[in-house]
Amino acid sequence: MKTYLLPSLKLTIILLVILAGIYPLAIAAVGKLTPGHGDGQTIQYKGRTVGYANIGQKFTKDEYFWSRPSAVDYHADGSGGSNKGPSNPDYLKDVESRIQDFMKRNAGVTRAQIPVELVTASGSGLDPDLSPAGAKIQVARIARARNMSAEQINKIVDLQIENPLLGMFGPAKVNVLRLNVALDQLKSKN
Amino acid sequence: MNTELTGVIFTYLLTLTIAIPLGIYIARMFRGDKTWLDFMAPLERFIFRFSGIDTKKEMNWKQHMFALLTINSVWLFYAFFCLLFQAHLPLNPDGNPNQTPDLAFNTAISFLVNCNLQDYSGESGATYFTQHFVIMFLQFVSAATGIAALFILFKAFRDKVTDKLGNFWDFFVKSITRILLPLSVVMAIILAFNGTPTSYKGKDSFITLQGDTTHVSRGPAAAMIAIKHLGTNGGGWFGANSAHPLENPNYLTNTVELVAQTIIPIALVFALGIYLKKKKFAYVMFGVMTLGMLMLLIPTMNAEINGSPAIARMGISQPTGAMEGKEVRFGPANTAYWNIITTIISTGSVNSMHDSAMPVSGFMMMMAMMTNCFYGGCGVGILNFYVFIIIAVFISGLMVGRTPEFFGRKIEAREMKIASIIALLHPFIILVGTAVSSYILVHMPNAGWAVKPSAWLNNPGFHGFSEMLYQYTSSAANNGSGFEGLGDNNIFWNVSAGFVLLLGRFLPIIGPVAIAGILAGKKFIPESAGTLKSDTSTFGIMVFAVILIVAALSFFPALTLGPIAEHFSLK
Repeated sequence: MKTYLLPSLKLTIILLVILAGIYPLAIAAVGKLTPGHGDGQTIQYKGRTVGYANIGQKFTKDEYFWSRPSAVDYHADGSGGSNKGPSNPDYLKDVESRIQDFMKRNAGVTRAQIPVELVTASGSGLDPDLSPAGAKIQVARIARARNMSAEQINKIVDLQIENPLLGMFGPAKVNVLRLNVALDQLKSKN
Repeated sequence: MNTELTGVIFTYLLTLTIAIPLGIYIARMFRGDKTWLDFMAPLERFIFRFSGIDTKKEMNWKQHMFALLTINSVWLFYAFFCLLFQAHLPLNPDGNPNQTPDLAFNTAISFLVNCNLQDYSGESGATYFTQHFVIMFLQFVSAATGIAALFILFKAFRDKVTDKLGNFWDFFVKSITRILLPLSVVMAIILAFNGTPTSYKGKDSFITLQGDTTHVSRGPAAAMIAIKHLGTNGGGWFGANSAHPLENPNYLTNTVELVAQTIIPIALVFALGIYLKKKKFAYVMFGVMTLGMLMLLIPTMNAEINGSPAIARMGISQPTGAMEGKEVRFGPANTAYWNIITTIISTGSVNSMHDSAMPVSGFMMMMAMMTNCFYGGCGVGILNFYVFIIIAVFISGLMVGRTPEFFGRKIEAREMKIASIIALLHPFIILVGTAVSSYILVHMPNAGWAVKPSAWLNNPGFHGFSEMLYQYTSSAANNGSGFEGLGDNNIFWNVSAGFVLLLGRFLPIIGPVAIAGILAGKKFIPESAGTLKSDTSTFGIMVFAVILIVAALSFFPALTLGPIAEHFSLK
């Protein structure tokens, strides 16, 4: 037994130092050079931190673009999806009531126009993005709430659309927080 | 062609572009040729000197297994006690509590066996200390254990061998210093520059744009997420795993994570061909694995891109496919690709919630773990595949009336017995586990556990059954993904899955190594006209058929009760 146990113990100790000690510390040192200095990238507005660029947040007011439904209500000290299966009748009722709510608060929008991500919960519960269609469908409501023209707001959305990677790979998307900050900035300029 | 499909194709091609040179490198490194990572040699010498290890001492297969099991036992005890007392250990800025004994048991085993099933959430169930010194440490060493076990097979497959099959410690340490660690450093840096946190700061709180107060969990995650994928481990820093926007911030990191988990398993296939000078055999193997992957992938992508029929009936538009449990930045095509890659490779990291996937996808993901050898986990994928090869050689030998031989050695009753036991063990532990849990669910719904059996399932009907079946499949395959709706943090699931994990890990390592060791001791018979050729497409088809019959068909009755029934109820 000694032939194997003693080397096992010593090898474990030295590897712990290298793999769990030195390696992550070295990565942390490199992380200092990154845009968020390794703490996570934040977004500033009017001199204060209004959120993390990658972490979605809750928007309920009519004058903001809404984020997707979230199973953790955008509390980012946790994360997770609904884990509802596609055939679950309670889940399907939830989706139906989200559709009803959305149509009620977005007068003029028909059922067939509602993009699916606006009535389904994301995997992390912290999805920071919408598809371009998911943003555009909300423009009319925001224009009314902010007393602005739809054209103005559409322009902001277009500016905020992030194209697929290298223009070729993956979906296009819009970051909801950046979009809403851009909206507020426009308001303060006027 | 749309950008989502090109994204998937690009990711796969990028994987091959990296995996093939990596395979060549691994073969050269293992042969002892000069490589550009030779600067690691002083570090290795230091490690061996410190540990009192003489790498010149060659081992036979039994000594290899003793070494492997001894060091794995050390890790198990160490990990269990750290998790049990993590609240009192340093690096706990968020003040997270100790794990309960059954949870610590499950977590320690789960990471030891390269499974990474997580019955806790990283934000609240682990500390920075245990994330690094238990979880990430085990992610390195469990992957290296798998690769080292495969290297024993490499040695045993050579034409002229004795029972001297190299030194386990040597294989193990070099798997870390020459493969896993250098790749992890590169990948962690890429992640860090794309927004994954690296600092040791705890939770942050701030006021959102519309005025709510909220908290954000952070931590030195990038280092761990790198090895989590490269080592085909899959256990995430955050609860939502790679669906979490800090763990997987954008499409680029998603591509990197997908490539990272696939390159070593594929590289090892090519390394085997080059090291043994049997390239054609490696191509056949790669062909069978890729065929299996595509057969699982295409229906899954189709189902996810087309979206949920139940939601389509509500009359809303699904231009982005089925979105429940998915992230906008990845889209359905890429998510489906991830679903299959993570289940064939035994990674088990997720970039969407598998519980909410379409029934067809659920079926394919479970099938991927039930076969568990299309590319497969670090090292162990080929070990599993090898078991099917032995069975295929034996059956085809019987069919054509030739002596079953593989790489110049006769396969006889003893090897066949081991191979059959290993092949049947997998369905046995999955199906028995699911049967027992179903029985308890029905007959003891109010047992006083942390989660009562009546509250286990997050979904009714067929899908609820799938949640239990998936849990044991994932445990037995050492995968680690889950239908996360299952209320699994209680003594029944923690302990039963813990035992399934142990059986599903060590027997499928010991079995193939034993077969290879026994075969290596036999007389070498040079190839003749009477030899069954193992490097032809006919043999490839034969192996594929064996996998289909042995692995897939034994699960069909159970799958019928779960995803198949759900699929037809949705129509």
